[in-house]
Amino acid sequence: MAKVLVVTSGKGGVGKTTSTAALGAALAQTGKNVVVVDFDVGLRNLDLVMGAERRVVFDLINVVQGDAKLAQALIRDKRVETLSILPASQTRDKDALTPEGVARVIGELREKFDWVICDSPAGIERGAQLAMHHADQAIVVTNPEVSSVRDSDRIIGMLDSTTERAKKGEKIDKHLLLTRYDPARAARGEMLRTDDVLEILSIPLLGIVPESEEVLRASNLGTPVTLSNPTSAPARAYFEAIRRLEGEKLDVSVPTERKGLFDWLFKRSVA
Amino acid sequence: MPDESSPLPRIRARGRSFLALVLSPEAALDDWLRGLDAQIARSPSFFVGKPIILDLGLLSADAEGLDGLLAALLARGVRIIAIEGGDRGWPALAGWDWPDGFAGGRASGPVDLPDEDESPVPASQGTASQAAASLIVEGPIRSGQAILHPDGDVIIVGSVASGAEISAGGSVHVYGTLRGRVIAGMGGQDGARIFAQAMKAELLAIDGYYMIAEDIDAALHGKPAQALLQDDTIVVRKLD
Repeated sequence: MAKVLVVTSGKGGVGKTTSTAALGAALAQTGKNVVVVDFDVGLRNLDLVMGAERRVVFDLINVVQGDAKLAQALIRDKRVETLSILPASQTRDKDALTPEGVARVIGELREKFDWVICDSPAGIERGAQLAMHHADQAIVVTNPEVSSVRDSDRIIGMLDSTTERAKKGEKIDKHLLLTRYDPARAARGEMLRTDDVLEILSIPLLGIVPESEEVLRASNLGTPVTLSNPTSAPARAYFEAIRRLEGEKLDVSVPTERKGLFDWLFKRSVA
Repeated sequence: MPDESSPLPRIRARGRSFLALVLSPEAALDDWLRGLDAQIARSPSFFVGKPIILDLGLLSADAEGLDGLLAALLARGVRIIAIEGGDRGWPALAGWDWPDGFAGGRASGPVDLPDEDESPVPASQGTASQAAASLIVEGPIRSGQAILHPDGDVIIVGSVASGAEISAGGSVHVYGTLRGRVIAGMGGQDGARIFAQAMKAELLAIDGYYMIAEDIDAALHGKPAQALLQDDTIVVRKLD
């Protein structure tokens, strides 16, 4: 039975789309059949981050409205065979997403894939609600700053009240993904500490993704960071995150770039 | 006898959608037919060649004149492609030549019947001779913007951003960089073309055939180029 996972946040720009791409690719790299779905109608970006923007013909709206079949709109990733993407439309109105249409598409995706990962638009509007409605699990992406944490709290409230699972009286699994984390600045007290964020939000921590140039570089190359540089610190954080997502118990640490250590060793051996 | 060693020919299927009008006659049928006659007198070509669905939902099985309704409509040149809302068992319909129905249609809103034919073109001449106005847009077309001009050409004096979409019944001319999606000949004009001063399109479509960015020759990327339909395939050529 497929799992539907929504990647959501209250605030924009926290790294939802990059995280969706990285987690989707990481799960697919372990052999799972994964589809990433862009729900951010009007501001589509997931296809860019996944490097599929040159292959988009049909999109989610076409499928929701019945103008195209699901198989026509799914784009198979060229690097990982088990990874597919369902892009969003930029020219259509976000109101074109109907609850019935979304329910039908999610139902079809559930039959074809092991994981359906929905990249939600930021905020609490209808698009975000539709993206989370059918979710079995949610990842709330948060930056270590007060505005991001407060908005995330609002989203967690919505996950507990408006989703289909919540309406049936069931709980939806929620996880926190802390992104753009800078250990040095956190040590200087310029960022919220992880403990404080966890204390406010009180949902289990899925991972801490350190702020890294590698993430920006990967986005601009159109390659999820877990593919472009699997040994980089952010990629390792995402790989650990998916292991926790699948139920493994792992201690959360902040992965750091190994480069510094290597440089140091190298210099020492030369000296 | 077919040669079994030769490969089977590929069957090409394309979608084409028509708007079928649904006529719903009301009792009394004599009055309704007179109303229809008046409509036909005002716009003689409106029903010519159009697919019409007859909806009997507003009539009862014993409505006066029901048995002659189909013949009366056919005599007026109305082409009935399907009948719904009635029952083949109704005695009044016994003599009807009942066409096989259609399924899968989607309801659209009411259609305004024209008061008079705007330009009384003889049916044989077709619609190709109708001069359709071009749409000229100055300035850049931003991501997310969609321009729809179902009848004539679209001319963009500026660039079309990635994520923007231009749809035209005729050809599309872009005097700038084309990064977005372009759909030309959307009404079924296979002669439509797409011109761009710098071709970097995400998607090109002419008369229902399409080509995505990946399939465009990399040598033409960013160059002045045109796209046209040749043997049901889109070709992109350099503009000299």
